[in-house]
Amino acid sequence: MLKIKNINAYYGKVHALKNVSLHLNRGEIVTLIGANGAGKTTLLNTLSGLIPTAGGEIALEGKSIAGLSADRVVSLGLSQVPEGRQVFNPLTVEENLELGAYLRYRAGGQKSEIAQDMEHMYQMFPRLKERRRQAAGTLSGGEQQMLAIGRALMARPKLLLLDEPSMGLAPLVVQDIFKVIEKLRDEGTTILLVEQNARAALKVADRGYVLETGKVILEGIAAELLENKDVQRAYLGRDKKEIWER
Amino acid sequence: MQIWDPTYECMPREEMEQLQLERLQATLNRVYKNVTCYRNKFNETGIVPEDVRSLSDLSKLPFTTKEDLRLNYPYGMFAVPLREVVRIHSSSGTTGKPTVVGYTKHDVKVWSNLVARFMTAAGVTHDDVVQIAFGYGMFTGAFGLHYGSETIGASVIPMGAGNTEKQIMIMQDYRTTALVSTPSYAVTIAERMERMGIDPKSLTLKVGLFGGEPWSESMRREIESRLGISATDNYGLSEVIGPGVAGECPQKCGMHISEDAFLAEIIDPDTGETLPPGSVGELVLTSLTKEAFPMVRYRTRDITSLDYSKCECGRTTVRMKKTMGRSDDMLIIKGVNVYPSQIEDVLFAVEGCEPHYQLVVDRKGALDTLEIRIEVTENIFFDEMKRQKEFLDNVERRIDSVLGVGAVVKLVEPSSIPRAEGKASRVIDNRKI
Repeated sequence: MLKIKNINAYYGKVHALKNVSLHLNRGEIVTLIGANGAGKTTLLNTLSGLIPTAGGEIALEGKSIAGLSADRVVSLGLSQVPEGRQVFNPLTVEENLELGAYLRYRAGGQKSEIAQDMEHMYQMFPRLKERRRQAAGTLSGGEQQMLAIGRALMARPKLLLLDEPSMGLAPLVVQDIFKVIEKLRDEGTTILLVEQNARAALKVADRGYVLETGKVILEGIAAELLENKDVQRAYLGRDKKEIWER
Repeated sequence: MQIWDPTYECMPREEMEQLQLERLQATLNRVYKNVTCYRNKFNETGIVPEDVRSLSDLSKLPFTTKEDLRLNYPYGMFAVPLREVVRIHSSSGTTGKPTVVGYTKHDVKVWSNLVARFMTAAGVTHDDVVQIAFGYGMFTGAFGLHYGSETIGASVIPMGAGNTEKQIMIMQDYRTTALVSTPSYAVTIAERMERMGIDPKSLTLKVGLFGGEPWSESMRREIESRLGISATDNYGLSEVIGPGVAGECPQKCGMHISEDAFLAEIIDPDTGETLPPGSVGELVLTSLTKEAFPMVRYRTRDITSLDYSKCECGRTTVRMKKTMGRSDDMLIIKGVNVYPSQIEDVLFAVEGCEPHYQLVVDRKGALDTLEIRIEVTENIFFDEMKRQKEFLDNVERRIDSVLGVGAVVKLVEPSSIPRAEGKASRVIDNRKI
C-alpha cells in the first residue's frame, strides 16, 4: 500500500529524517514510536506533503507522491489527522466534516454519497451527532479529536495518518480514542499511527518502527517490540538505564 | 507439503527487498550506535549508515571476519548489554580463544522459528519424534534443532552425540521418525545397524536433517538407500546464528536462505568484489533481525553459489548450493572446525620452535581421521623409547584438548615432508566428499 525508501527531510540545517525506509500493507496499523524530536511528526508531514522531501521515494499504491502538494496527496487517498486536532473552531461540527469532503465535492463527487458518509461518521461518533450544530471550538478535547478523525475520513482515504491522537486527553478519553482506532482497523482502514503513548500504540498496532534522532533503529511485530528491552527502557518507562561496562 | 512461515518464505521479491532494506538500515543504525568495532570500521572507510540507500550499497561496507570476533573477545561485538542476553554460545577459535556469540530472548525466538522453517521444509511435523544426535554444550547445532522441533510441536529426544548402539536402541524403542546429526554420523549409524543385524526398514525413521559439515550428493544417496529415509541438508554457522540460515525443501535443489533474516552475497574471496548472481564464490552474510549479536558482511569462508530462479516448492527465497569448500585453510573433521594454525600453535608450545609437519585427513568408513606427521629434529629426538612415547602422548593430549578432535601423531624422517609454498600443501585431505 505505502512504500517509503530513503526519505530525508530538513528543518533549515537540521537533518530531521535520515534515510527512513518503511512500508505499510493494506489493512495494517503501523505505529511509529520514538522520543520527542525523533522525527515522527516530520515523517507524517513529509508524507502528506506539508514538508518538502529532500530526496527519497514515497509510493502510495505504486504511485509516487513525493514532492506533490498536500491537496494532491489528499486526493490520491492519504489523509492526515494533525497533532493537536486543529479543528476549525468557529465552524460547526457539521461544517468541519463537510470540509473534510471538500476535494470530493470539488471533483464532482455525489452529494448523496457525501451525505451517506456523514451519516456513517455520526454513527461512529454519536457525540458528534448530538453536537452537530455546535461550534467545534466549544467541544471537549476528546470530542475535537473524534471530529478531526471524522473530518479526515470524510475524504475517504486509503491511508490515514494519525498524529498523537491521545495527546492532552484524560485517560478515560484516551481509551475511547483507542477504541475508535480499533474500530477503524476492523473496518479495514490502513493507519499509520504516531503516539507518545507507546504502550497503547503498540497494543493496537500490527507492526512498529522505532525512530531515534531521525533514523529507524528497529522494525518489528508490535507485540515483539513491546517485549524489547530498549523499547521498554526508552519509551515505556520501565527499567532504568544503567551504565554498562564491557 | 507444509510451509512454516509463508508470509516470509513466499514473499514476492519486490516486497522482500523493501523489507530487507528497512531491516538493513535499522541494523546498521544500531550497530553504528552500539558496537565500537563496527563504528571504528565504518569510520576508517569513511562510511556512515546513511550511505546505504539500497541493497547494492551493501558492498560499500567493510567485511567482518573471524579475526574481528577474536579481537573483540569475549563480548566486544555484542550490541546489547549483557543483562539482556539470555544465551551464550561459542565456536572453536583459530588460536585457543573461541569466538563468543549471544542471543536475546527475541533472538532465541527468531532462531527457533528459522529452524522450524527448514525442518518443516524437510518434512518434519508436530507428529514427529526427533532424535538429536548433535553434541549439546557450547555448539549451536543441537540447541537450534531442539528449539526448532519444539516450536513445530514435535517430540524431542535430546540424545547428544555418540554412543551409537544406544542411539539405535532409542531409535527402535522410542520410534524415532526424524534423525538430526552430521551426515557422516548417519553413515556410522547405518553401518552399525548392519553389523547388529538390524534392518533399517524395520524402523520408523523417515527423514534425516544433516548439517555441520560438507557432504556430497553421492553421500546423500548412500544415506537415503541405507537408512531408507529422505536426507536433507541445512546450513548455518554459529557466528551468524547457528543452524537456521538455510535449508533444503523437498525439491532438494539447493538450500532456501531465510532472506528476511539474512542478506546473502557472493564475493570473490581474493579481491573481495561482489559477484553477479549465479557466480561461484565465498558466501557473505549480514543479519537483519539479530539484536544481541548483529553481523554485518560476515565472511563465512564457505564457497557456494546463489540461485534466484523459481523453486517448485512455492518458496520465493534464494537458494544456496551445497557448500563446495573453503576459502581459507579450515578443515572440518568430525563436524569440528580445525585450523592448521591451531596445530602449529600446539607444536610450537611443546617444542619451542615450529617443526615441519603435515596433516593427513582421511575417512575410514564414515569417520574422519586426522594424522599429524612431524619431522624429527634434534629437539624432539630421544634415545629412550619411553621418552619418545611420552612426547608423542603429550602432543596428542594437547591436540585433543585444543581441537576437540583426537589425532594420531607420528614422527617421520628429517626432510621427508615436501617443502612447498603456502599452508594448504601441509594438508593432505584424502576424503572423497
